[in-house]
Amino acid sequence: MHEATMSFKARAEEALANPTLKIAIDRTTGTAERKRAVAMTQFPQFDAARERGKRIKDHVIANLDHYLLEFERNAIASGAKVHWARTAEEASQIVVALCKQAGAKRVTRVKSMLGEEIGLPHALDEAGIERVETDLAEHIVQLGGDRPSHIVWPSMHRTREQVSEMFKRLHRAPHQEETIEAMVDSARRELRDKFLTADVAISGANFLLADTGATCTVTNEGNAELTTTPPRVHIVTAGIEKLVPSMGHAIAMLRLLVRSATGADVTQYTTFHCGPKQPGDRDGPEEFHIVLVDNGRTRMLREGMKEMLRCIRCGACMNHCVVFRQLGGHVYGGTYPGPMGAVLTPVFDGLEKSRDLPHACTMNGKCQEVCPVAIPLPTLLRGWRDRSWREGLEPATVRFGLGIHTFVASRPRLYRLGTAIAIRVMRLFSRGGLVKGMPGLGAWTAYREFPAPAKRTFMEMYKDQEKGQ
Amino acid sequence: MTTTLKQIGAFSSPPRVGLFVTCLVDAMRPSVGFAALKLLRDAGCRVEVPEAQTCCGQPAFNSGDTADAAVLARHFIETFEGYDYVVAPSGSCVGMTRAHYAEALADDPAWAERARRLGERTYELMSFLVDVMHFAPADVKLDTSFTYHDSCSGLRELGVHDQPRALLDKVSGLTLKPLEGNDVCCGFGGTFCVKYPAISNAVVGEKADAIERSGAKLLLGGDLGCLMNMAGKLKRKGSSVRSFHAAEVLAGMAGGPAIGEEH
Repeated sequence: MHEATMSFKARAEEALANPTLKIAIDRTTGTAERKRAVAMTQFPQFDAARERGKRIKDHVIANLDHYLLEFERNAIASGAKVHWARTAEEASQIVVALCKQAGAKRVTRVKSMLGEEIGLPHALDEAGIERVETDLAEHIVQLGGDRPSHIVWPSMHRTREQVSEMFKRLHRAPHQEETIEAMVDSARRELRDKFLTADVAISGANFLLADTGATCTVTNEGNAELTTTPPRVHIVTAGIEKLVPSMGHAIAMLRLLVRSATGADVTQYTTFHCGPKQPGDRDGPEEFHIVLVDNGRTRMLREGMKEMLRCIRCGACMNHCVVFRQLGGHVYGGTYPGPMGAVLTPVFDGLEKSRDLPHACTMNGKCQEVCPVAIPLPTLLRGWRDRSWREGLEPATVRFGLGIHTFVASRPRLYRLGTAIAIRVMRLFSRGGLVKGMPGLGAWTAYREFPAPAKRTFMEMYKDQEKGQ
Repeated sequence: MTTTLKQIGAFSSPPRVGLFVTCLVDAMRPSVGFAALKLLRDAGCRVEVPEAQTCCGQPAFNSGDTADAAVLARHFIETFEGYDYVVAPSGSCVGMTRAHYAEALADDPAWAERARRLGERTYELMSFLVDVMHFAPADVKLDTSFTYHDSCSGLRELGVHDQPRALLDKVSGLTLKPLEGNDVCCGFGGTFCVKYPAISNAVVGEKADAIERSGAKLLLGGDLGCLMNMAGKLKRKGSSVRSFHAAEVLAGMAGGPAIGEEH
C-alpha cells in the first residue's frame, strides 16, 4: 500500500518490521550522533554560540517585515528578480513558470527541503521538464522513485549495499568495485554531462543576507556550485525564516549548523550568490531569481509557534530521537520528519491529518537539549496536543478516561477507594508477580510483562502504621 | 530564609516535608514510598504523607487536556503548599510540578504564582537528600553490582544525575557498571507506551539489551514508570537482571522481591 494512504501506526509497524531499514537508520544517525558529540567537546563556547544563534533568529523573526524588505531592496539592486509566494502551490507555480519562460527542457536541482516542501519535484515532473537531482543522496532518492527520509541525509533509508545494487542496475556505466569511491565515480559519470547541459538551475538557500541581498548555500559535495554556474538561469527558493541581517550573522549560524548536523567544523563548500552575472564576470547565470516562500510561516508567528522559525534544519533533533531512530523518516508522512517535522507537518497538512505526529513522542526532551537554537520542541509538541484536545480531535475513549480520572483524582476519598479496588482486581489476574491477560492491559502486555501491584496500597499500610504508633 | 538554611546546610528545627508518594508508588510498589519515608526521616526531616494527595496531573497535561491538568494542579498545590518542602520519589512528577504547573495554570495568574512558589520548594527525592539535606546513607550494605538509568524528566528538567550516584556510592559492597545510553529514553513516556506500544517496545527492547550488556545484577533508577517498563521488558526477555527503585536500595530495603517478582 502507498504510505500516504496508510495510517501512521500502520506505517510505523511496517518500518519496525524492516530490519534493513533499522541498520540503515542506525548507521547514519549513530555516526551523526558520535560525530556531533566529538564536535561538542572541541567547541567549549557552544552554549554561548547557541545563545547568540537563538538571539539572532529571534531578532530577525521579531523584525521580519523590516529584514524582508531590506533583503528585497538589496537583491533587486544586485540585479536579482524577487518573487513572493504565499503558499506551496504559488511557489512551485512561480518556479515552473520561470522554467517554461526560459524554455527549459532540463533543470538541475540542488537539494533543498524547501523545494520538497513546496512540491517542486512533482510540479517539474508534471510540467514535463526533465529534473536532475545533483546531490548524491537526492540522486539516490530520484533513482529509487521515493522521497527523502532525512533532511540532511535524504537517502538515509537505504543501506550502502542497496544503493550499490541500484546504481549497477540503473547507471549507464556502473561501478565494478564495491567501494564507496567507485560508487561515487559511477554517480559522477551519470551526472556530469547533465550538469553542463541544463537550462535552469534550482537551489535552496541556508541563509538570506538582508544587507546585501545575497543568498548562501552550503554543501559537502560541491554540486551546488556546479549546478548553479553553467545554466543561463538560476532560481533560488527559500523560506522567509532563512533571513539573517548580514554575513557575520550567517557565519555565526553556520558554526552551529555544521557542528550540529555533521560534526564537522565547516561545510566543504559554502557559496554566496549575489545577483546575476555582471559585465566582466567570467561565469554565472544571466538571470537570477529568488522566490521567497511563506507557506504557513507567518501563521506560525501568529499562532504561538515563533520559536520553530529559529530552526536551521540541522537534523540533530531527529538524530537523537528514540522514535525517529526506530521508524526513519517516511513514517512521518510529511516533508520534515523527526521532532521538528512533528511540529511542522501539522502546520502544512493540518492537525486532523497529522495528529499522531505530536503524540508519538515520549517527551524525553533530548531534542531540545541538542537543538543548536534551543527550540522548545516538547513544549511545541504539547501545544499541538492541547490544540487537538480543544478541537475535539482526541478519541472519545481517551476523553472519557481522563474525565473519569480527573473526577476521581480530585476527590481523595474516592481516589483511595478506587485505587484499593483497582489493585485487588489486578491481583486477581496476577501470577508469579506479574499481571497476565487482564483486559485493558493488552497494549502493555503484548510486548512486556506488567509487574503485579502490592496486596495493599501505600496509603492503606501507612494509615495502619500511623495508628499503631 | 530557605536559601540561608540551605547554604549553611543546617536547620534550627527539622524541616517539615510533605511526601508525595506518587500514584504509581501508592498503587504498585508501596515499598518505594516507605523507603522514601525512611530516608527523609534518617536525613532529619519531619515527614508527613498528606492523605489528600492523588495524582500530579501529568497524564492529562501530556494528553493535551490542559483543563483537567489544571484541576489536579490546584488540588496538588492546596494539598502541599503548607509544607516547607515537597518531596517525591520521581523526577517525572516533580518535573510536572516544577516545570509545567505554571503552564497548565497560565490562564490564572494567582494560581500560576502559587504554583511557581510551591515549585521552588518541590524536589525529587535523591536531589533533595543530597542538595538540600546533605545526607549520605550510613551502614547500608549490599554486595552486588548495579547499572543506573537516568530518567528523562529528572535528568533534563531537574538536573538529577550526580545525586543518585553519590548516594549509591555510599552503599558498601555495591559497584556501578555503567549503562551505555544511560541518558537515552527507555520508551515509557507515560501514556505513550500504550498509545504507541509497538514503537515503545522497540525502544525499550534496545534499552533492555544495553542493560544486559552492562553486566550488572541490578537495574536501578529513580522513576517507577520507567522502571516498570524496563523491568517488564527484561522479564519478558527472560533476563536475570533485577530492578529496584534506587530509594529501596538506599534505605536498605532491597532484600525483598524486585519489580515484577512474586510478592
